[in-house]
Amino acid sequence: MRTEDLIKALDADTSSKAMPLRSAWWLAAGAAIVIAAVVFLLTIGPRPDFMVAAHTMRFLSKFVFTIVLAVTAFGLIRALSTPGASTARAVAWMAAAPLLVAVAVVLELFMVPEALWGTRMIGSNMMICMGFIPLIGIGPLAIFLWMLRYGAPTRPVLAGAVAGLLAGGLAATFYAAHCFDDSPLFVATWYTIAIALLTLLGALGGRFFVRW
Amino acid sequence: MSGKDEAELSRLLRAAIAGDEKAYADFLHRIAALVRGFVRRKIVQGGVDPEDVVQETLLAIHVKRHTWRQDAPVLPWIYAIARFKLIDAFRRRGRRIEIDVDDIAETFAEPETETVSERDINRALDGLPPGQRSVVSAVSVEGRSIGETAAKFGISETAVRVSLHRGLAAIAKRFGQGRSGRE
Repeated sequence: MRTEDLIKALDADTSSKAMPLRSAWWLAAGAAIVIAAVVFLLTIGPRPDFMVAAHTMRFLSKFVFTIVLAVTAFGLIRALSTPGASTARAVAWMAAAPLLVAVAVVLELFMVPEALWGTRMIGSNMMICMGFIPLIGIGPLAIFLWMLRYGAPTRPVLAGAVAGLLAGGLAATFYAAHCFDDSPLFVATWYTIAIALLTLLGALGGRFFVRW
Repeated sequence: MSGKDEAELSRLLRAAIAGDEKAYADFLHRIAALVRGFVRRKIVQGGVDPEDVVQETLLAIHVKRHTWRQDAPVLPWIYAIARFKLIDAFRRRGRRIEIDVDDIAETFAEPETETVSERDINRALDGLPPGQRSVVSAVSVEGRSIGETAAKFGISETAVRVSLHRGLAAIAKRFGQGRSGRE
């Protein structure tokens, strides 16, 4: 088939329509939030003293970290799924969540006596944390990987890893409402490991599933 | 390549997305020439047929045109796809190359030259279900319109459009799966 002939076929297919990628990403984000919320509420749900805890800085700071991670990852993944889009700014913003966590860790180390550092870091339910963040995040991750297929990422593995970070940030936001361990030391350790797991899964998904 | 090209191509693609077939044909012809110039310049040591990459790129641009943001420049989008498909073609043949993006400004549009070599796209076409294959062939190689194709096979125009769309999407997908991974 000559290129001229191919152009005839493509031209005859002008009328086929697909939703613009940008709109599709918002739809996907909405669907991912709903899925994460359903899984969260059907399994562990928010902690009973949620309203009381909501008045403490440590509890609230967890949401700041996770929401900032999710929002910045959402910005980056949209750029990564669009060929030729500039990603430099979105990449720079990805430093925000780790920086906030780092600052909180330093403050915590100043405020808490050294003897308690270990206890705070180990917390009371790290296994639940490491199990449920990936569990809540796996549905959203599947949606985001599917979206990458719908888009056109020229760096699929990186885009897949960012899909994992996005799913991790989203899942951790829900999980944080359940978790009793509010210390930044706990968050910096176990949330990070759980989110890293999703990131790894995402990178694998990008490698083997995101093809176009 | 110039700002004028950019403005003209964006205008054509916007019109095409809005359903203007004439604008789309014009757009496709122009980018085929641009991508051909780009690819020929990049393939110096052989092994990869430039025209195969041009065709894969055109197909990818077609099935991924919803990823173009209408307020963003179109040339970086086109070249990013062309570069991706070019690297893909090298990977498939077990070669590893790095392609710099900076010198796309020196790319010149080039016309298609006739070759007798077997095209990748023909192999992809042969892999389609018979219905889709005959519709895609009729519209492309035989140059029939949607209406003529519908009459030829005794099916509705809608059925022709659906088969054409699915057939093209399947060919594009087959190209995407031909590679063994990247990064």
